[in-house]
This record gives sequence, structure tokens and C-alpha cells, in this order.
Amino acid sequence: MPGDLGLGLYVFMLATFVGLEIIRKVSPLLHTPLMSLTNAISAISVVGAILITGAQGATTLSKVLGFIAITAAVTNIVSGFLITDRMLKMFKKRVGPK
Amino acid sequence: MTSQVVDYIYIVAAALFILSLKWMNSPATARRGVFAGEAGMLLAVTGTLAAHQVFNWQWILAAFFIGSAVGVPIAYIMPMTAVPQRTAMSHACGALAAALVGTAEYYRSVQMHAPLATFEMVALVVETLLGFLTFTGSLMAMGKLQEILPSRPLIYRGQNFINLTLFTIAAGLGIRLILVPADAWIFPIFAGLALLFGVLLIVPIGGADMPTVIALLNSYAGLSACAMGFALNNKLLVIAGALDGSSGLILSIIMCKAMNRSFTNVLFGGFGQIRASKTVKDQRPVRSASAEEAASILEAASSVIVVPGYGLAVAQAQHKIRELYDNLMRRGIDVKFAIHPVAGRMPGHMNVLLAEADIPYDRLIAMDEINSEFPQCDVALVIGANDVTNPAARNDPSSPIYGMPILDVDKARTVMVIKRSMSPGFAGIDNELYYMDRTLMLFGDAKAFVAEIVRELPARAAA
Repeated sequence: MPGDLGLGLYVFMLATFVGLEIIRKVSPLLHTPLMSLTNAISAISVVGAILITGAQGATTLSKVLGFIAITAAVTNIVSGFLITDRMLKMFKKRVGPK
Repeated sequence: MTSQVVDYIYIVAAALFILSLKWMNSPATARRGVFAGEAGMLLAVTGTLAAHQVFNWQWILAAFFIGSAVGVPIAYIMPMTAVPQRTAMSHACGALAAALVGTAEYYRSVQMHAPLATFEMVALVVETLLGFLTFTGSLMAMGKLQEILPSRPLIYRGQNFINLTLFTIAAGLGIRLILVPADAWIFPIFAGLALLFGVLLIVPIGGADMPTVIALLNSYAGLSACAMGFALNNKLLVIAGALDGSSGLILSIIMCKAMNRSFTNVLFGGFGQIRASKTVKDQRPVRSASAEEAASILEAASSVIVVPGYGLAVAQAQHKIRELYDNLMRRGIDVKFAIHPVAGRMPGHMNVLLAEADIPYDRLIAMDEINSEFPQCDVALVIGANDVTNPAARNDPSSPIYGMPILDVDKARTVMVIKRSMSPGFAGIDNELYYMDRTLMLFGDAKAFVAEIVRELPARAAA
């Protein structure tokens, strides 16, 4: 097993367990914002898209595919974080005595 | 900046992503979680741009600009009732990004005659396969949620067989690509089959099963980003993708449990099929009531549990329900909301809608907690929910939904159901609840009917 792959698999395994433990504790109230938040976070794939588009001597095909990929990922990042925050702002406890 | 520094930046970003999800465990800390996520993302992107020698800036900047120009209006203009569609759309975008990066990576290696190592090819094939099928699958889900496409399941003979064959061929071509990466002619066929498979996978799934499907697509999109991390040897991508993947997995398991489906059933896309079987409609009498009668019953109650469902979202009745809630609470009547995990079209859908209408979140009670309260409650008011209240799930072993956990609405002293007509719900299953002696049917549009009840209430207080 190549070293990078071995390390990558360890990281994957540990991150999955951490994810499972953390997400299990998320309140069901917040499952919709949770989904838009994880969506925004997984748009970290923008990093890969930047490396492909910005590589020296990238072909036109690479640039076009990379361009679309960056656009899609950035749309997810921007709309994902903003709409999560917009939703969370709406969750309020009862204020003052009734 | 050397590439070693960016490795440290990536570690910090990964930690921030984990904290971000951790803080989502309570509404009190959740906004901090969003902030941590944003900080992690900013670090990772600026770190990447600074550390690597990046060319073609005009392309990258233009893409950032367009992405932001599209993303901001989506986040602010999108009505809360359309959140499931937006979520499906962002699964599509995320998956598309992963699939295209994989495609570009593949063609670059072919063109430079620098074949990728076998494990990189494995990662790349998984990335593009999951990416493309999640892309079209999510678009289909979005079409169904937006009702551009029929939300009833489209079923034909031999469907599972065709899907399985298609998937086997796509996977076979993928394996062939891994073994002989230089055979570039295979790639477009492989990608095309993955795209087609995504469409066929979602077509048979009905609207009521959307919460599970959305969660599952969420998981797939995450896993494809994760595979990209393996292909590019980037641990941050692996971690973020794994977090997204496990989140989608947990949500789909929760949705499965709430519908009494096995997880294998979902993984193989075999849902929506049992539900299509129709039971014979029967013509038993029901008792119906007017808004005035409903108002007087509510007024005399001391505790009310509202059971919202997808119909509430369709009728956009959440603000009217808030008026009803305020009015009843002012009279000292205890009002709570009972939330079934699969109510609505995505996990947590009802909570967001009711929160939008300013209903305090401590009034939104999950199924397991509230079920013991129904026997003591005076009125259960069902608004736009159907299958999740059907006692057949408890009593009738022949019912297609038998065994599904439900809200015990039938145990309340009086049950009122706001419904357009007697037509059976999405699943095509008749609901015993409607024929009980204690049940009153309130026929009409949810929003209009609740508004009418609210109008009746103050008049009576004055009298």
C-alpha cells in the first residue's frame, strides 16, 4: 500500500467516525441547517478545482471544466453558509413572560 | 509560501470544520458553528491560492465572481418553503464540481502521457461515478420537489433489472479504466452511463420519500468530494468529504428508521415501490365541521397539539398558524407542535418553516417525546399531515406502512384534521383516523381555514 494512500485511508476512517459521533448529537430541530452547512463545507472541493484550473499549461478543456467546477463550488459555499445563517437566525426561544 | 505551510493551514481548517459541525448540536451555539465553517473555508481557499503557483487567474476570478453573484441571491431570496429544492440543487452543484475536476484530471493525465497510479485511478473513478450520478439524481429530485416533474413515482416493468444492469456496465467500464487508464474512449461512455443512472435512480421515487433521498444524495456528494481528496492526495478534502458523507449517512438512517425501511432498501434505490400499491377506497361516513365549530372546540381546550405536514408547506400556512398559536397561548391554552422526522420534504423541514413564522423552538417537540402526551391532550390539530398519523401503521399488519413509527394522534380526546378533500394521501393509503368518532374533518385549504378559525376566535372572546 503506497504511503499516501495508507495515510489517506486512516484519515478517512477517523474523520468518518468523528463525523458520525458529532452528527448524532445534532438536534433534530436543526437537521435542515445542518444539511446546508455540510453542503457548504464539502464545497471545499473548490480547492481541487482551483488547482486544476490554475495549473501551468492547463489545456482549454481543463480550464473550461475547472471554471464550471469553481463556479458550482463557490455558489455552494456562498449560498450554503449564508442560508444556514439565515435559517439559524430564525430559531428563537420564547422571549419574556407570556 | 511553501507547500508545507499550507499543510498546517489545512489542518487548522479541518479542525474548524469539525468544530463547526460540533456547534450545530444546539441552537444556542449553531451560529458560531457557521462562523467557524466560514473561517475554515476562507483559510483553506486563501492558503491554496497563496501556496501554489496558480496560473489562469482570470478564469478563477471570473468563476468566483459568477459563483458569488449566483449564490448570494439564492441565499437571501429563496423562500423557506423552497429550501428542499435549494438543498437538492446544491447537492447537484457539489457533485458536478467533483465530477468535472475528476474529468479534467483524467484528461490531463492522458494528454501528458503520465498515467495515474492505480489507487489514484480508483479514487478518480469513484469520484466521477458518484459525482455524475449524484448530479443528475439531484437535478431530478429538484425537479420533483419544484413539481416541474411529476412527484408521483414513475414505475415500469423490469426497472430494478435495467438499473442494476446499467450500474454494472458503468462500474465495469470504471474498472476497465482503472486497469487500462490510457483507453480514453471509454471515459465519455462511462460518464454518460453514470449520468443516465442518476436519472433512472430517482425517477421511481415519490415525493413522500424525498427526505431519505435528499439525505442519501447528500452523503453521495460528500463521498465524491472525499474521493477527490484521494485522487489529489489532499487530506483536507478527505476530511471535509468524510464529514459530509457521514452526516448524510446518519440523516438517511434516521429517515429510514422513521419510515420503517431497511437501509439496504434505500441503498439500492428500491423505495417508492411498496407505497404504490393501493388499498381499496371505502366510502364510510366522516364527520365534518365548520371553522366556527372548530374555533369553539379549540377555545374550550386546555391543551392543543398541532401536527404539521407537507400540506402546511404547500399552503404556506405557517404564518397563519403562528397567529392561531398566539391567540390560543394568550387564552392560557398550552399549544405544542409534534414533529415527525419525515414530515415535509427534507429532514427538519417543518422546524425551519415554523421557526420562520417565529414560533419558539422549545414548542417544537420531536415524535418520541410528544407521543406520551397525546392521551392527555384535548385537541390534536392535524394540518397537511397524513401517513405519519395513520393508526394502521400500529394496528393493521396488512397495511403497506405497518410498523412505521407514527404520531399517536388518534389517542387525543378530539382530533381535527384540516384537509383539502377525502382523497387519500400521497402513499394512496386510506387513513383510519378520519373515520373515528372523535375526529372532525375540516375541509379546505390549510391557510384559508386556519385564518378563518383565527377570525372566529376573537369574536367569541368579545361576546
